[in-house]
Amino acid sequence: MRTLGNDRVNGFRSGVEAAIPALRRYARALTRDAETADDLVQDTLVRALRSEHLFHGGDVRSWLYTILTNLNRNRLRSLARRPVMTLIGDDDAPDMSGPEAGSRDIERALASLVEDQRAALLLVVLEGLSYREVAEVQGVPVGTVMSRLARARAQIRAFLDGERPALRRVK
Amino acid sequence: MTDRDLPVTEDELHAYVDGELAPDRQATVEAWLATHPDDMARVTAWRSLADAIRTRYGAVATEPVPARLSLRQIERAGRSWRGMAAAAAVAAFLVGGLAGWEARSFAAPGAAPAATFTADALDAYKVYVVEVRHPVEVPASEEAHLVQWLSKRVGYQLRIPDLAPVGLKLVGGRLLPGPSGGAAAFFMYEGKSGERFTLYSTRANGPDSSLRYNAVGAVGALYWADRDVAYVVSGEANRDRLNKVAESVYAQLDRPVR
Repeated sequence: MRTLGNDRVNGFRSGVEAAIPALRRYARALTRDAETADDLVQDTLVRALRSEHLFHGGDVRSWLYTILTNLNRNRLRSLARRPVMTLIGDDDAPDMSGPEAGSRDIERALASLVEDQRAALLLVVLEGLSYREVAEVQGVPVGTVMSRLARARAQIRAFLDGERPALRRVK
Repeated sequence: MTDRDLPVTEDELHAYVDGELAPDRQATVEAWLATHPDDMARVTAWRSLADAIRTRYGAVATEPVPARLSLRQIERAGRSWRGMAAAAAVAAFLVGGLAGWEARSFAAPGAAPAATFTADALDAYKVYVVEVRHPVEVPASEEAHLVQWLSKRVGYQLRIPDLAPVGLKLVGGRLLPGPSGGAAAFFMYEGKSGERFTLYSTRANGPDSSLRYNAVGAVGALYWADRDVAYVVSGEANRDRLNKVAESVYAQLDRPVR
């Protein structure tokens, strides 16, 4: 990498560097755990630097979101094989009252979503990606992104209304 | 029929909220919302959801970036740990140090999957590092037997790293239960001033993770995973020493072993 030392490399590197705060934000909302989130970002950066040769122009930021989204999906699959680890206190803390209650609600509401819906929602509302960009990140058609968004919003609304969470559907 | 006359779909409501609506439908959707309170309520709810998410997480992007996420640090680790992907199908955890370790630093809710292995390794550490008379089942004087025996039990060829270059001498090893019912190999090392390190080794099928550092009180750990390979190196919370020990372990385990 060092031997290339040209502008393209520097542009790539500074593009990656500039994206780190946003990646941390996305990962934090995606995992709702600061340590896990930064682990994901670290893995994403390692992967990105290692795979630089696979990056042929385009939007570095979207590419990084793609790596992070995939890594988190792998992480959750692996956790699912170890039920003991997923059960420890995850989102089951008692409700707080006062100013913390609202943010706690948001965390719990996000936790009620299936992963692909959560990622789609966060990429749109938190990261400001367009539907098309989210479609590229998730590797699905734009229509699928829209249905994930719709389901995510319906689920969260039902959750916050205190209804029984709608049946989870995977798409 | 012009575009303006088409009924408004739910997709369009989402697109409206997300700023993705075609400009020529903007006025139509707004007019629709004025006369459809249920849809208006949904749109309002979606907007406040977006606001709530941004309020809750937006500030993360303005926090100082932790040192371990700086590209310089990641590149440095990448260079010295190059070739990790080629490592053997071995999961090894070097866990050690002096005192004060808390397993929950790894087993926190939603923590990385390495938590499972690491918790096992930490349990072993806590039990055996303080053991003065019987820290191991098989002493270093029977190293050949030790490696043969444990390799057989864990199901792959182990290699016991020689850590003399970093000032550590093998004390010996023992067999432990591994995660998901398997077996694990456990080696202990000791330094000149009596500081102990343990190496816990088992098969892993977790996802990849890069090199990570964790410190609790006087004890620090370096661990990493790559496909079926995961390692933790731990000892005094002295990053340089840990790095040297971990690199030494890595360099020796990375050689082909079958």
